[in-house]
Amino acid sequence: MEYFLQQLINGLTLGAIYGLIAIGYTMVYGIIGMINFAHGEIYMIGAFISLISIMLLESLAGGSVIVALFVVLIVAMILTSLYGWALERIAYRPLRSSPRLAALISAIGMSIALGNYIQLTQGARNKTLQPIVQGNLELMKRDDGFTVVLSYMQIGIIVTTIVLMAAFSLMIAKTSLGRAQRACEQDRTMASLLGVNVDRTISLTFVMGAALAAVAGFLVVLYYGVIDFYIGFLAGIKAFTAAVLGGIGSIPGAMLGGLLIGLIEAFWSGYFSIEYKDVAAFAILVLVLIFRPTGLLGRPEVEKV
Amino acid sequence: MTDAPPLLRVEHLSMHFGGLVAIDDLSFDAARGEITAIIGPNGAGKTTVFNCLTGFYKPTVGRLTMQRDDTPWQLEQLEDYRIARDAGVARTFQNIRIFPQMSVLENLIVAQHHVLMKASGYSALALIGIGGYRKAEREAVALARYWLERVNLVERADEDAGSLSYGAQRRLEIARAMCMRPALLCLDEPAAGLNPRETGELNDLLGFIRAEHDIGLLLIEHDMGVVMGISDKVVVLDYGRKIADGTPEQVRNDPAVIRAYLGEEDDALEFVGGA
Repeated sequence: MEYFLQQLINGLTLGAIYGLIAIGYTMVYGIIGMINFAHGEIYMIGAFISLISIMLLESLAGGSVIVALFVVLIVAMILTSLYGWALERIAYRPLRSSPRLAALISAIGMSIALGNYIQLTQGARNKTLQPIVQGNLELMKRDDGFTVVLSYMQIGIIVTTIVLMAAFSLMIAKTSLGRAQRACEQDRTMASLLGVNVDRTISLTFVMGAALAAVAGFLVVLYYGVIDFYIGFLAGIKAFTAAVLGGIGSIPGAMLGGLLIGLIEAFWSGYFSIEYKDVAAFAILVLVLIFRPTGLLGRPEVEKV
Repeated sequence: MTDAPPLLRVEHLSMHFGGLVAIDDLSFDAARGEITAIIGPNGAGKTTVFNCLTGFYKPTVGRLTMQRDDTPWQLEQLEDYRIARDAGVARTFQNIRIFPQMSVLENLIVAQHHVLMKASGYSALALIGIGGYRKAEREAVALARYWLERVNLVERADEDAGSLSYGAQRRLEIARAMCMRPALLCLDEPAAGLNPRETGELNDLLGFIRAEHDIGLLLIEHDMGVVMGISDKVVVLDYGRKIADGTPEQVRNDPAVIRAYLGEEDDALEFVGGA
């Protein structure tokens, strides 16, 4: 029981991070119908920007930790958004009227290019960070000494994710921008005829996806304290799996899918074998694609008349 | 004839697709407060005219000038979203294009996107109600409600637009176009697929729009009952060329029109006369 609880906490934390990345995949798919395979690299860049800003702030020293972290988060979101914006501008917009395959290849190319760019500029070795947010709550203690621990960092991750997702869902549902996004998803040409600037709406979608990925990168840097230029690949594919599991194109689906993938990974590592945790996650991808290609919350593709 | 330029002036419009000439040197005007109908047999190029007006196609040759707020807008040079936003041209489609997964009300609010974005300062600040957004949103809903009442869809405002009947979706599409506060409303076969009762309601709606809102209407129509009943002016196309232009009376009696539209049999002549 105690062990289960611990894995549940770990899984939720991991799932929150996957969910944040998965939203970027699902939104972009929703609006332009392509998988942005460079999104994992955007997340990785977010993590690097966070790490560099933390180190910069540390060297300057002083001030409250919370304020400093908040500043880092904002900086990471803004700079990473610029990458997301530029990515769409350079690699996808010129190909918008080409076949989807062209954009997909462009995405894979951008993914490799961004990965190599970070490898060249930051080096290939692991980057580490001393833990900043320490301390934890001991929830339960078993007789043999096993303790269920909920760290402050985990609380931070889960709370941040919930707040962001709530704000984000509200924005999609209630604001004019969110409405424009949904309109572009359903009929881009018609949206344009109603005076919606479709190019700008697509750009903003990339910016928002990148900002959420930056938050995920920021949280991972603080949580694990180790990153390298390659983290984007695995996290990206897992988040993609999460988006497909939840139903690609559906934002609540991406959140749900992220949580499920995180939980599956944590429980698989806890009860079976940690070496095979990635296999477990990707087996889910295969099973979903075979048995429920629209995902848990996805709508079946309806032929447009 | 007045000296003021007309609401819409189409001059020497030609549209070629490869070797195919879809529209050949077409010129006509559409005035504010009038219903101008474009009629013609299938394949005459009617929808192509609309597609040029709304930025789907860039005309091969020609000038399309909209007058709005005393400013001339060259439609053939505008980016497509600005044709709606700045030049004030709204359109509906032959095959309806509503947003099926949005509520009826939201369909009408999307049409007011530009106004709302302006009020929210182009940001997500709208979420916390900063600036004039709340007020702008109330006004947007009020305008939407006004048009929902006109098209008898108030009780269905919160349903998914995709669940409406065909006729109701058509009315919604017109309401949505009107929510953009257009200067010119282009309707592509609005009566297609409607039963006689619905066609009657449509005529009333178009008459109301002309009477109460000082805008121009441009209409593509097959249904002669609709065209002759409500149009102030009719432009007849055949094989991309204008073959007649005038009041319904003039056009109805024009031999070239009768030949193009119906062949030369006597029955057909009677049909046109009685429609």
